[in-house]
Amino acid sequence: MAEISLKNVVKRYGKVEVVHGINLDIEHNEFVVLVGPSGCGKSTTLRMIAGLEDISDGTVSIGPEVVNDLPPRKRNISMVFQNYALYPHMSVRENLGFGLKIAKHPDDIVAERVNEAAEILGLGELMERAPAELSGGQRQRVAMGRAIVRHPEAFLFDEPLSNLDAKLRVQMRTEIKKLHQKVKTTVVYVTHDQVEAMTLADRIVVMKDGYIEQVGTPMEVFNHPVNTFVASFIGSPPMNLLNATIKGDQVVFSDGTALPVPTRLADLVRDGQEVVFGLRPDDLTPVGHGIAESGKNAKLTLKIALSELLGTETILYTSISGQEAQGKMFGPRNVEPGEVLEFEVAIEKVHLFDAVTGKSVRKQ
Amino acid sequence: MDGSLRKKIGSVATWGLTFILMVVICVPGLWVVLTAFRPNGEVLAKPPVWIPEDPNLNNFAKIFGFGADQVAIPVPAYFTNSLIIALTSTAIALLIGMSGGYAFARYRFSFKNGLFLGLMLSRTVPGIALSLPIFMIWSRIGLIDTKLGLIIVYVALNVPFTIWLIDGFFRQIPKEMSEAAQVDGCTRWQAFWKIEFPLAKSGIASAGIFAFLTSWNEYALASNLTRSTDSKTLPVGLMDFTAQFTIDWAGMSAMAVIIIIPALILTFLVQKHLIAGLTFGGVKG
Repeated sequence: MAEISLKNVVKRYGKVEVVHGINLDIEHNEFVVLVGPSGCGKSTTLRMIAGLEDISDGTVSIGPEVVNDLPPRKRNISMVFQNYALYPHMSVRENLGFGLKIAKHPDDIVAERVNEAAEILGLGELMERAPAELSGGQRQRVAMGRAIVRHPEAFLFDEPLSNLDAKLRVQMRTEIKKLHQKVKTTVVYVTHDQVEAMTLADRIVVMKDGYIEQVGTPMEVFNHPVNTFVASFIGSPPMNLLNATIKGDQVVFSDGTALPVPTRLADLVRDGQEVVFGLRPDDLTPVGHGIAESGKNAKLTLKIALSELLGTETILYTSISGQEAQGKMFGPRNVEPGEVLEFEVAIEKVHLFDAVTGKSVRKQ
Repeated sequence: MDGSLRKKIGSVATWGLTFILMVVICVPGLWVVLTAFRPNGEVLAKPPVWIPEDPNLNNFAKIFGFGADQVAIPVPAYFTNSLIIALTSTAIALLIGMSGGYAFARYRFSFKNGLFLGLMLSRTVPGIALSLPIFMIWSRIGLIDTKLGLIIVYVALNVPFTIWLIDGFFRQIPKEMSEAAQVDGCTRWQAFWKIEFPLAKSGIASAGIFAFLTSWNEYALASNLTRSTDSKTLPVGLMDFTAQFTIDWAGMSAMAVIIIIPALILTFLVQKHLIAGLTFGGVKG
């Protein structure tokens, strides 16, 4: 059990810098998810914590100790890989006990810990099988078992669910969450799936191009994205981001459509400022089909281009001032393409971003 | 004609063709084996005598110096030379092949592709084309007619192939295996011996067999570089059966059988690995 601390961590491959001096403090027993599109440096960062990549600059500490120069085996961490990396020539039991045997624990301790892990993960009947005889979900569980038997300071997960089908992914997500509640250890988890990040994390670290864009609880990151990237990356379907200009107390789009500036942001924008207007699809709903909530709503009449029925809700594709936008219809009915509907816009939920810097307009 | 009949005819035709092909491939070998058990006179009989009329072990007895007729050919010495040279050169080629193959599969270094291509290109030069230069260099540094001289040549002959084969096998083992082992507490060295080596074992065994057979059967270079019982190998020894006006075909065949047997035994011993090794690509981990 330990905190993990990254200070100005840089990774270079030759002359190419892929991680640019990131700082991150992960607390004891915290579940932190590194999320971002592929190539954002999240896996590289995880591998630097594990010791599988050299650290070009800066320091990584696990507990009180700087681990830059320690090989993986001396860092007392466990890792679950995307392709599970189970040892194909060993049975499940041998896979689980391998690390303990290498550490020369006596046989009875090995057996005890292996059985304990098998029980936590429900591997009982699979113990004598070879990895090739297991399904994807079972392999995933064995990989997690191999991680927990050693009682490490921290678990590192590198996109552990991306090789599973959608249904199993949801199931394993819950298992990982339960596992964390049971074994209470610091977890660093890498994924490109924002849903996994939202559901699992105590704190989310959103990364892009080797920089950390935002660190915060799932709610903070969802409700207060610091820039357009985070706004578009977190949330599904993504936030609508529309170019507009501030005129007085109104946000005006190029075709003259105008909406009021949210009152909480009224003092923070200036007349004539170019902004990006951010609106989550949940906050753009046809009249009578929104989430019942009091508050100041504005009305917009929009033509539907396409609708996607999801069951409890329907995603409506439309456009505001020629820019594509998506809305949601809760308690849906059939909507034909070309139909014109009146929408409510939850104005106080609107985000504004500076058009030049992409940064969120907010009280500093 | 209905479908099942057509299928039957097709199957018969396939087997027939296979049989003919196998006959073409096997008859010379069979002829050698049969000849090993008959007197020289019968070899040259016209029309040919297929099945030896009086099969016996006289040819073998002659070679090994039992009985009345003896051939003055030191087969035990040749056999020992062959064994020492083939085993040593195979062991060295495998060691270099494993280190090289692992390096090519796992590490990034400068000139990697060029080096690999160079190794492969060296295979395009027929060994015999190098026999004269090797002969001259070896004679200057005193390696003619030594086992060491042949061992060096065979290692050089086998290394590109073993590296290439073993590289392929290590490449198929995800590098996460070794990383997982390292996170699990292994040093890189332990991760290699406990995880990657056992997984590549089939490939290494296949490479070993090929290297051994190449060294064991090689004739052309050995005939140039060896002179006496100090270093002559079995295939070179075959030529001892030719005299100025006569060739002892029966004796030669008996010796050929002696050459074939260890190679056969070895191949049978590791055939499980050989088949697993050659079909490794089709198996997903």
